[in-house]
Amino acid sequence: MTLTLFADLGLLIILLGLAIITAFARPAFVAVAAYMAYGLVMALAWVRLAAVDVALTEAAIGSGLTGMLLLGAVAWNQRQTEAHPRRRQIRLQVPATHPLLIIVVAAVCAGVSAVLAWVVVTLPEPPTLQVEQVRLALPATGLGNPVTGVLLAFRAIDTLLESVVLVFALVGVWSLADDAAWGGRPRSLRLVQHSHALTLLGQLLPPFGVLMGLYLFWAGADAPGGAFQGGTLLAAMWVLALSAGLAKVPAVSNRQLRLLISIGSLLFLAIGLAGWAGGVGFLGYPAGWSKALILIIEATLTLSIAVTLGMLVAGRPHRALPR
Amino acid sequence: MTELAVFGGKQLVVLALIMPLLGALLAFTIGGRTARWIALLTALVELVVVVSLAWIVVDQQIVVEYQLGGWEPPLGVRLRADGATVLVLLTATVVMTATMISAHADWQPLPDQHETRAGLVFWTLLPALWAAFNTVLLSQDLFNLFVALEILTFCAVPLVCLNGKAETFAAALRYLLFALLGSVLYLLGAGLIYGLWGTLDIGLLALEISKLNRYPPALSLALGLMTAGLMAKTAIVPLHLWLPPAHAGAPAPVSAILSAVVVKAAFVVLLRLWFELMPGSADTMVAQTQGVLGGLAIVLGGVLALRQSRLKPMIAYSTIAQMGYLFLVFPLAGAASAWGAGLLHLCSHALAKAALFLAAGQIITHFGDDRIDHLAGLGHVMPLTLLAFGVAGFSLMGLPPTGGFVAKWWLLQAAIETGHWGWAVPILFGGLLTAGYVFRVLAVALRPAATPALAASTVPHTANAMILLLALSSLLLGLAALGTGLPPQ
Repeated sequence: MTLTLFADLGLLIILLGLAIITAFARPAFVAVAAYMAYGLVMALAWVRLAAVDVALTEAAIGSGLTGMLLLGAVAWNQRQTEAHPRRRQIRLQVPATHPLLIIVVAAVCAGVSAVLAWVVVTLPEPPTLQVEQVRLALPATGLGNPVTGVLLAFRAIDTLLESVVLVFALVGVWSLADDAAWGGRPRSLRLVQHSHALTLLGQLLPPFGVLMGLYLFWAGADAPGGAFQGGTLLAAMWVLALSAGLAKVPAVSNRQLRLLISIGSLLFLAIGLAGWAGGVGFLGYPAGWSKALILIIEATLTLSIAVTLGMLVAGRPHRALPR
Repeated sequence: MTELAVFGGKQLVVLALIMPLLGALLAFTIGGRTARWIALLTALVELVVVVSLAWIVVDQQIVVEYQLGGWEPPLGVRLRADGATVLVLLTATVVMTATMISAHADWQPLPDQHETRAGLVFWTLLPALWAAFNTVLLSQDLFNLFVALEILTFCAVPLVCLNGKAETFAAALRYLLFALLGSVLYLLGAGLIYGLWGTLDIGLLALEISKLNRYPPALSLALGLMTAGLMAKTAIVPLHLWLPPAHAGAPAPVSAILSAVVVKAAFVVLLRLWFELMPGSADTMVAQTQGVLGGLAIVLGGVLALRQSRLKPMIAYSTIAQMGYLFLVFPLAGAASAWGAGLLHLCSHALAKAALFLAAGQIITHFGDDRIDHLAGLGHVMPLTLLAFGVAGFSLMGLPPTGGFVAKWWLLQAAIETGHWGWAVPILFGGLLTAGYVFRVLAVALRPAATPALAASTVPHTANAMILLLALSSLLLGLAALGTGLPPQ
């Protein structure tokens, strides 16, 4: 009892420390590094709260993917500063504001946090209504993991829309390209200094990473895991291979690429409509078919998520394809 | 009605949600020159779907409900369409379809080009945004509403900086930050409510809340956070700073959609919270605050619109003022006419504002200038476009028999009925300010030009037809509302 209490207290203190470093660190790189560490420690905290699915997602997306995107932004900013030392650079600090405004904003934030802390304690425990409902309804889906049951059966519409958001977020990133660069490839992720160690890593790690990613997706039906976590790991392996120069980033006009990005959502939508034809309604699964259909949806989603996340890291198209 | 026998109301509700989603995904996947045709075809199919749904709901006087996947709440998510929903759904459909048709020739690839950046982004994100808006209208689930609002934001932000100019990137980024702040606050509130009752279904929650004698602190905090978040998204004063650069800087068809449709989404959720989840809260401090902010928005937005020298920023500031009217609904909720007035104002403003922005776009393209002082001779060169601008402007300022007139009339009635006379002041003063900035444009535009030979390219007939259609719809909406008899109970 006391041992776990000490462990939890330790986690809390580290979390707060990392949050403060993230907020106040002046060099952008330090802030991002602290933020990534914060995500990993937060994942541990979720494990302590017995929310392993949330922990996996936090580690993969909250820390890993977001951290990677932020590091990319920091590197870009550094390149810009070196290339154009005179130009105004983007700094990670609050622009000059009236001190009164800062005090008011800080007071509002502190007040909301204090009320939130007080209110959370008053919440009834646990929110019984749905926990019981999920337990009773889960056998009908053939799944063992209640989280997957919620994500792909009971609230499939949310997951369908979330998978679609990813596609449109990528369109948003691509929309920032120069008109002249449209249709071309994003800037190569290959590192400038060639390193044999990275090449070796890029060749050695992906087979294991891909296996692990596929396992995460496959296990999701009955244990913690799923398409988003598995897809993120696959994306990381792809990005590793890209950085080692072992593969090339595809051009955004590539039809196969577009199809790979949207196929997860399209198939999800198609199976949802098939449920209609099958008499169980939109996004319903016929009895006995649930698990098989959910696995097919998750497999395609894993693929689409991996490709989309990889392309998000690669960024906007940079150079037009030769005509 | 054989086709309605095949597609009952239940199927139509689902189709209304997924048709634009499917269209957006296909436009992205196939791309090229085909993307535009996919989006336009989607719009036409969606028009048929929504008109049929509206017909069923209004004709049979029914409320259509659909449990997605067959899972009943609190487990699953429910879609619901009643008379108010289909009215807004229909308005959005008319605005989206008319805007797409009027913009159909924009961002075309050159003969040796496969596709353009702006073309793919526009024809993909516009149907996607439409799907998100329809989800906001139809969904009965607080978390699902959050997801829909997120899609709406992620589609709207890239559209703001579609023309790739540096200042529009800044406007888009500011818009994104405000919208994300709103999302975070909303999600925090939804989480607290889930913690209280273990469900997110608005119907079930309303039932639980009606049983309470006094509200738990978690509920009050949740509603406060959600309301603040949604108010940031609706750009109510003092959270309005992001709106003018974003709505004025975007390309005209995007401005039309942003001002007519996108800002309304968060307001629809606010209506849901305060009319469905917490009915009878007109005299609370929250409702009074919303009303005061609405009144301030009417005055501030109107005064700032008057001070603009260019057409598009003027129309954008006008949106801030007109959103203010909507917020008067909350303190006046005790009167039967307030709800109907809000709904009517939302729809007639959507139609009129889309017409104004599209007209401004045509004026910039074909007249070559949108400085208000330089518009002399416009009436001679582009009479139809100016006519549409005028009709839409009349609806905005509330001249009879437009939709804007009936809405403001019902709001005034509500103020008298509830005995809160004070609210009549911003309603009337706002109308005066609106008349000021609309007539300022018309007066200059009807003046003959100093140098008569204004060689301008002609506005395409389809664009003029669509702008006129939108302006006249706003007018007809008022006649239809008057025809149904005074305020719906």
